Amino acid sequence: MTSVLGNLSLDFSEEQGMLLDVAREFVRDKSPIEQVRAQLETDTGFDPAVWEEMVSLGWTGIALPETVGGSALGIGAVVPVVEALGQGLLGTPLLSTTLAGQLLMRSGGAEIEPLLERIAAGTVATVALLENSDWGATSMAVSVDASGKLSGHKQFVTDAGVAELFCVVATRDGAPVIAVVERSELGAEAISQHDLIDLTKRAAKVDFSGCNAMQVIEGAAVQSALRDYRLLGALLSAAEATGSAAACLGTLTDYLKTRKQFGKLIGSYQALKHPTVDIYCGLENARTYVYHAATLMADEPLDEAAETACRMAKAVATDLIEFAGDRVVQFHGGIGFTWDCDSMLYIRRAQWSRQVFGDALEHRTQLAKLLLD
Amino acid sequence: MSASKETLRKFRDEVSAWMKENVPKDPGFLLPMSFLEVGTEQQLDFLREWQYKLWHAGYLGMHWPTEFGGQGAEPAFQSVVDMELKKHHAPIIFNTIGLNWVGPMLLDIGSLEAQQRYIKPLLTGEEIWCQGFSEPDHGSDLGSVQTKAERDGDHYVINGSKIWTTLGNYADHMILLARSQPQTGRKYDGLSFFLSPMKVPGIEAHPIRKITGEYGFNQIFFTDARIPASCLMGEDGDGWRMAMKTLEYERGVQAGQASAHWMVTVSIDDMVNELKGMERNGKPLLEDPLVRDEVVKFIIENKALALNQRRARVSALTSDYPMGLALSGKYRGTEHSRRLRQFAVAMQGATGSLFVDDPDAHRGGFWQRAYFTNFGATIGGGTTEIQANIIAEHVLGLPK
Repeated sequence: MTSVLGNLSLDFSEEQGMLLDVAREFVRDKSPIEQVRAQLETDTGFDPAVWEEMVSLGWTGIALPETVGGSALGIGAVVPVVEALGQGLLGTPLLSTTLAGQLLMRSGGAEIEPLLERIAAGTVATVALLENSDWGATSMAVSVDASGKLSGHKQFVTDAGVAELFCVVATRDGAPVIAVVERSELGAEAISQHDLIDLTKRAAKVDFSGCNAMQVIEGAAVQSALRDYRLLGALLSAAEATGSAAACLGTLTDYLKTRKQFGKLIGSYQALKHPTVDIYCGLENARTYVYHAATLMADEPLDEAAETACRMAKAVATDLIEFAGDRVVQFHGGIGFTWDCDSMLYIRRAQWSRQVFGDALEHRTQLAKLLLD
Repeated sequence: MSASKETLRKFRDEVSAWMKENVPKDPGFLLPMSFLEVGTEQQLDFLREWQYKLWHAGYLGMHWPTEFGGQGAEPAFQSVVDMELKKHHAPIIFNTIGLNWVGPMLLDIGSLEAQQRYIKPLLTGEEIWCQGFSEPDHGSDLGSVQTKAERDGDHYVINGSKIWTTLGNYADHMILLARSQPQTGRKYDGLSFFLSPMKVPGIEAHPIRKITGEYGFNQIFFTDARIPASCLMGEDGDGWRMAMKTLEYERGVQAGQASAHWMVTVSIDDMVNELKGMERNGKPLLEDPLVRDEVVKFIIENKALALNQRRARVSALTSDYPMGLALSGKYRGTEHSRRLRQFAVAMQGATGSLFVDDPDAHRGGFWQRAYFTNFGATIGGGTTEIQANIIAEHVLGLPK
């Protein structure tokens, strides 16, 4: 009889190790907390010079084939980079672009190679999937007609403000397709930015009505690519949340070690100490799941073990950042309630990370089907 | 040179066949779930006979030297046996303090004389060992040991009391930590370590009843008990070193234990399989969405424990908190296990109110007993709350 624990492998390659070191160093250098704060209320949420450097480091092509200029290291190698970005709360279009690349690579054939080349070279891309708050919705109101003209609008399109390529998940003749739309197709009024709870992120409502798709990807691979896209999104969001939770824990413990009340460092009070230990243990679990899932990634359609791992990673990381972001505000006392305290950044990140690509309950609901039925 | 996979596979087949023939059937009375709950003569006789049988077959202390009753084999062979014991749901191998703590400690730092005297009888089960470290006023704080050992000619005279002494009422010997010199400077100085006999006048064991109704722990009272001075291990006043060495074996920091089969293990699969047969409101319990969510949470936590062990071997992924996974293992593992078992009782519905002697109890009240027994793990060896302090202070650097 097989165990409900399933696959228990966890490997970490030399490449992943190097990427983790480089990305952490990069983030420490480029994204100290003052820089994060400087970008909170800008239009794009990031410094274009930083993005250019990330592109020149090859990060937009880590998981793309060598034939299009990528490094073919697989999506598992993007995980340490995204974890590091999360740790520095560095908002750039890397996640959006990477995930768009994965969706295209997994759904299309040779015809999409020019698009992948552009992505590897640093063209910002994003996926327009959601039309409402239901992550699991599969029927799309946005449609494409026979001539390739789109109608309808999408919500929560990340980095829409800077994206050059939009991969719009749509319906044609009742079947799911991916319509690739160039930014030049969008009218001046087509993009309206959301007021996001996480000030380091950018997303918008986008009206694609009247846009002409430069390419419409269809066929059996689309369905499976969409499933994988959601799982990869969950994994990368989990990695990012894990990094953010690690930074949050650092901010929290720094405060507990320096703040005195009633003549004692507050970190000596068990009422604060023990929940902090639970954040720490949650962090260890989340990192473990993120790298376990990274171990099981493949360019081919993801198997059940990979699906289980992605969902577990997201469920654990989401619960972690939610708890950490909540407690970091509370444990700072009065100052924690203010805009100037960095706790604000983490509790806001937590609300973003929780919902993006499905919350913990949603993933556990799907896991129950995989594990118990 | 290490044994080939092929050799070990053949050995496994051999052991498996032996187990099929020789693992005792249910004796019709309750067997202890771990060596901490041996509480009746009936259990003792049964377990002693079983240990002897396993040793006699050459399957116990396999990696210990042949001159002391071992097989001189590689540790991998014992691991195979331990896995087969688990697989065949064999009764526990109960003389754990001797087999897993005292034995390896003596083989490591004991005199040849002590090795010759003590190792074989503890392997065969002929002689039972207990440990006299904890005291009524000092649970885990061993430096504060108050029990006195006063030299009187060829003897030491022992006065004081030890508590939570597993197997203390049946033991032939105790590893005893006592103060033989007044406390000077460091509190660890002046302690001595004895391989003490238990069956001498002035040593009395009072069994302590546990929440399950079972026994296993004792409080030991020493009243002018005279033990031969030759029982002293090492130098007078140098006992702390041996005590710490013993704890390394107790906590599994060092390998060399004679058998890992000292408790009935409970897996997440046991729990899930249990739920598969249960019903609520006329429907399978596992169709209830709230129950499903709880079960998935348990699976995620349980799997994290196993995966964390793997990640602990990847230094690039442990450098942020190098000691973190090791120091938090007990905290994470024992609390998870407690809640898992508690949940398995809760899921029994009305039957969850029945205990082990009720003929209608679910699986003889296995989960009820398993849940209560688990407090040994969340309290013993440093409570969960102390573990949390240790993690906070030593991993996160928070102030004391």
